[in-house]
Amino acid sequence: MTVLRTRAGHSLRWRARPLVVGTAAALLAVALGVLAVGGGDYPMSPADVLRTLAGRGSPAEEFIVGELRLPRLVTALAAGAALALSGAVVQTLLRNPLGSPDVLGITQGAATGALVVVVTGGGSLALSAAALAGGTAAGLLIRAVTGARGLTGHRLILVGIGVSAVLTGVNGWLLTRAPLMDAARAVLWLTGSLDGRGWQQAGPLLLALAALGPVLLGRARALTAVELGDDTATALGVPVDRVRQALLGAAALLASAAAAAAGPVSFVALVAPHLARRLTRAPGPNLVTSALTGAVLLLAADLLAQRAFADRQLPVGVVTGVFGGAYLVWLLAARRAGRN
Amino acid sequence: MSTEARLRGDRLTLAYERRVVAEALTVAVPDRSFTVVIGPNACGKSTLLRALARTLRPRAGTVLLDGRDIHTLPSRVVARTLGLLPQTAVAPDGITVADLVARGRYPHQGLLRQWSPADERVVAESMAATGVADLADRPVDQLSGGQRQRVWIAMALAQETPLLLLDEPTTWLDVAHQVEVLDLCARLHAEQGRTLVAVLHDLHHAARYATHLIALRDGRVVAEGDPRAVVTADLVRDVFGLDCRIVADPVTGTPLVVPAAAVPGRR
Repeated sequence: MTVLRTRAGHSLRWRARPLVVGTAAALLAVALGVLAVGGGDYPMSPADVLRTLAGRGSPAEEFIVGELRLPRLVTALAAGAALALSGAVVQTLLRNPLGSPDVLGITQGAATGALVVVVTGGGSLALSAAALAGGTAAGLLIRAVTGARGLTGHRLILVGIGVSAVLTGVNGWLLTRAPLMDAARAVLWLTGSLDGRGWQQAGPLLLALAALGPVLLGRARALTAVELGDDTATALGVPVDRVRQALLGAAALLASAAAAAAGPVSFVALVAPHLARRLTRAPGPNLVTSALTGAVLLLAADLLAQRAFADRQLPVGVVTGVFGGAYLVWLLAARRAGRN
Repeated sequence: MSTEARLRGDRLTLAYERRVVAEALTVAVPDRSFTVVIGPNACGKSTLLRALARTLRPRAGTVLLDGRDIHTLPSRVVARTLGLLPQTAVAPDGITVADLVARGRYPHQGLLRQWSPADERVVAESMAATGVADLADRPVDQLSGGQRQRVWIAMALAQETPLLLLDEPTTWLDVAHQVEVLDLCARLHAEQGRTLVAVLHDLHHAARYATHLIALRDGRVVAEGDPRAVVTADLVRDVFGLDCRIVADPVTGTPLVVPAAAVPGRR
């Protein structure tokens, strides 16, 4: 633990390990980013990539980097960070390590919105907007069913599971209503994919992250008090109901914005906070490290999805699903082995 | 009332969604007392404590802290005056003793005031006072029940409040740890001059440690005052419905309740 104090009475305190982990994740994101922008059907060296980013590339390079690869990279990083932040907040507030926006039905709500647009034949912008609206609506529905004071533990999980079950049913029905071509497009979207993502997806997501990130980080301290139980947090002077509403609202919006840009990519929201906690070994929600971990995870998964098989690209959701699921199983098995 | 009381409940109606627990309940916590609230199960003693700690909003009446409605005071001001050890406290996975105790400093900290010299000193003093300084780097989930309870008390102490409320601090502990925790409370009361309010189950413990006793039944105060004056066979019959004899505790001289209900064949 390191403390920095000024004569004016200000003080900052941080732990070495999370700082190292966070810095390492940020550097890894940069390295993977250069790799992601440099690779593909038109390979570029890291030097070329940096030169083009500095605005001194050829028109073709400018187009490939600025319009094709960079927005995809930014979408991957921002969606990963948004999902991880959302997962970290939900896990902490539910006091359940398996918590994520999927459990609450936010992701399913976003999918419902997207599917409605697919079935009615809307464009990709309408699809994003509808996904955002659907996820937000699911969040508001949960809030309406539970009431402000019911946004706690088991009650919230049960209502969330109910909402997500209903929405999953609706989504299945919408899929059966879609013509075959549209259904294929819908399934691709439901898997989660970064193919062909441009600034029109990356831009709004960045805005959402810039607006909601501070809402979460500003309440990170209060969140560490809420972790100790509602009564303890109240005794420590935290307005628990208000803090929880703000945090859950922001988490639902972030998950919806991520889904609007990249589809409901599975497991990042669940796994990134776990990984961050294991790496930092620090108690508490670890919001910043979780966000950086999520960004790196989604970017790495997208690189794998693009490059693992020479002849075909996978949707990124396939990779996060396979690896995320395997990691979770391993985690539980390792924990059980550690107990015995 | 002649004694000073920074914390009072005035004509409180306390209720959960449908069940009314108490009506027109008025209590005062004498300053610098070790007040213990006793009563049979479901008499409203924990509910009263939660109302005094503002974790439950009374349906009617007001809880007064320094003469003002506790719900209109800024929560940070209340948190610097009044601490609570609830029954429902949860230790986050893997948190160490020192980290958990440090979280008691929350109302004294801010974004640009994360760890002042006072924070450091008070956390160290709180761990020393509760005898958990040696455990500072141990994860809380590896401790025994008694140790864990002392850590939570240390966290509440680190909040540095003149008033400290404890909701059944000895539940789930074996008898040795119960005495250990109550001895600790008595010492904090005597040495640091804090006002303590505890809900306890055990009449014997209540009579032994309290300087001021409040006996509740069905949401009403049946008796209050010095336990030596208050604890009588009549009161115990009245409050708990138990026939008993009162003798002097051979160690402390405080009232000791001996149940009279005899097992057949023994007396």
